[in-house]
Amino acid sequence: MAHTKISMAQALNQALRDAMTADETVVMFGEDVGALGGVFRITDGLTAEFGEQRCFDTPLAEAGIVGMAVGMAMNGMRPVVEMQFDAFGYPAFEQVVSHVAKMRNRTRGKVTLPMVIRIPYGGGIGGVEHHSDSSESYFAHTPGLTVVTPATVADAYGLLRKAIEFPDPVVFMEPKKLYWAKEEVDLGESQPAIGRAVVRREGADATLIAYGPAVPVALEAAEAAAAEGRQLTVVDLRSIVPFDDETVCAAVRRTGRAVVVAEASGFASVSSEIVARVTEKCFHSLAAPVRRVTAFDIPFPPPKLEKYQLPSVDRILDAVDDLQWEDS
Amino acid sequence: MSFVSEQLLPSAEPVCLIDQNGVPHENPSYELPARDRLVDGYTQLIKARRFNDQASALVRQGRLAVYPSSHGQEACQIAATMVLREGDWLFPTYRDSVAIMSRGVDPIETLTLLRGDWHSGYDPYEHKVAPQSTPLATQLPHAVGVAHAARLKGEDTVVMALVGDGGTSEGDFHEALNFAAVFRAPVVFFVQNNEYAISVPLAKQTAAPSLAHKGIGYGIPGERADGNDLAGLLAVLGQAVDKARAGAGPQLIEAHTYRVQAHTNADDATRYRADAEVAPWLERDPIDRLTTYLSQNGGLDDEVRQRAEENAVRISAQLRDGLMPEPEVEPAELFAYLYAEQTQQLREQAAFLRDELAREEA
Ligand SMILES: Cc1ncc(C[n+]2csc(CCOP(=O)(O)OP(=O)(O)O)c2C)c(N)n1
Repeated sequence: MAHTKISMAQALNQALRDAMTADETVVMFGEDVGALGGVFRITDGLTAEFGEQRCFDTPLAEAGIVGMAVGMAMNGMRPVVEMQFDAFGYPAFEQVVSHVAKMRNRTRGKVTLPMVIRIPYGGGIGGVEHHSDSSESYFAHTPGLTVVTPATVADAYGLLRKAIEFPDPVVFMEPKKLYWAKEEVDLGESQPAIGRAVVRREGADATLIAYGPAVPVALEAAEAAAAEGRQLTVVDLRSIVPFDDETVCAAVRRTGRAVVVAEASGFASVSSEIVARVTEKCFHSLAAPVRRVTAFDIPFPPPKLEKYQLPSVDRILDAVDDLQWEDS
Repeated sequence: MSFVSEQLLPSAEPVCLIDQNGVPHENPSYELPARDRLVDGYTQLIKARRFNDQASALVRQGRLAVYPSSHGQEACQIAATMVLREGDWLFPTYRDSVAIMSRGVDPIETLTLLRGDWHSGYDPYEHKVAPQSTPLATQLPHAVGVAHAARLKGEDTVVMALVGDGGTSEGDFHEALNFAAVFRAPVVFFVQNNEYAISVPLAKQTAAPSLAHKGIGYGIPGERADGNDLAGLLAVLGQAVDKARAGAGPQLIEAHTYRVQAHTNADDATRYRADAEVAPWLERDPIDRLTTYLSQNGGLDDEVRQRAEENAVRISAQLRDGLMPEPEVEPAELFAYLYAEQTQQLREQAAFLRDELAREEA
């Protein structure tokens, strides 16, 4: 396949199209996903191409959408559903926690639910209230779910294909801030495995651990740090559950210092979990306490204020400076 | 418009084909089921009653953690499964153990959840019975999904989705009915209105004229039946299943019945209702009236009675024998079924528990 310049939104759309072509049990449904193609156009053209039985609009009801997907998965289909925005997935939360996550376990593996719940998440797009939440920690805290989030165009394609093929339910978090970022990619080449993190940049001095929308910010910070003489490794988790201890710990042990960067607020979060794991597993390699750059523990602010909430290059560099360097 | 709405409305009174004195009633819309079918139902009711009573006894003996009995509601439970074909699905709640058992699930496996050795003791695909749902009404959207998928696959499956009166107040009830109607999914929503949601009476649950009336808001025909009349239930549920199978979309049936016992053994029903309220319901017992009817109209000869009694004795013995021994539980199972491929974290946690148990044994 030729390298072409496409956006993450287009890559996700192509992943859905290719998955639906490859497997006729894959069905896509949600709110406005039909003629409109979804409010972010991720399902653009799918109804026209595959018909209303394969990509369809549902009534406005998130618990109904996820609950119906459970039944369809029980009965031999591979549903992919779209929650329109992060905070509008909450009405479906009971279905996700009580049934999606537990079905395989409660039936001793007899009933499996190969389904994907796509959730556009995160801030940075100037959204009004309820359009910018980072809800990944709620799902990550729930045993039985698999939670992934791409940070690049290539990963968006590859991870979504993998998620749809996956034998268990996957919560697929789409960083909406990155929907329109374009990259030159060969989609055929992208094969990220669920459960594997990736090192995006190598550097010997400290490790930045990030996922989803925080990855490009971490990379930018690493670039800036290099200009100031500090070489940073950047690890992109890609998969929050399962968590890739191996890749993360290897990087931290190599560098001896680490900063976790996440867009969600920090208290009782995925970022706290990462700090705990790294501290437990790499304590003797650490030259300084693991630092975090996260959002404040407040509801996501209005658009005019969101720049104060999001992790920035400066905050990351400040956290790196705080890692007890001998020379400072 | 009003013509259409009227078609969606339930009968003015719950359909009753055999009343509490065992007297048959003609109904222009529903036929009395054939005698053989009623005899079969009678035998199943006797067994169901014994199942309920034996399970309640096992709670008192500490063999079951809890048992939400359907004593008095057996006609609903039996009718719900008698109208289904082999390929159809049943979506039960915690109170529907009798329906599960009468669908063919092994009685001990039926009670595994309530004994506490696993969350669902049976293979849902074996008899097409979904795991019992403890969260209220959340199984209903699943029922719609199974039905919708069946239609996409070209199968003529019908799904029987059970819910209590309290469960109809939950958002998932609304979403499921609305989805089913919009997608014309072949689901029969069967509400067992037993007048109470734990301690809360129906009057505090809803202001609707009846729960079957709720169908009209979704464009779903509603009907109600005397929940203690097996004949009426078989007729009403049977017709609903036929219509759903023929492509008429979902149906909503409400059975008027009563929870004669407490919610579970943990509940003290005297705190919220008087014995005087319960007494008349005991006179409407589903088994008594069918017994009277069949005795007077032929069908209940000694052979039938004996067969029913033998069945009942057998189920009691089966439950006692099967549930008396302490269940063997396997700690490794804790980690075994979360994911198709176990995660590194779970492998480590399983190994930790294994070591801990080995140390205890040493
Ligand atoms: C979502 C949810 N909320 C609360 C409960 C606790 N609860 C268990 S049974 C029950 C009453 C249900 O009443 P109803 O639906 O009428 O069914 P019944 O028990 O009478 O068969 C309640 C409140 C629950 N299981 N699920």
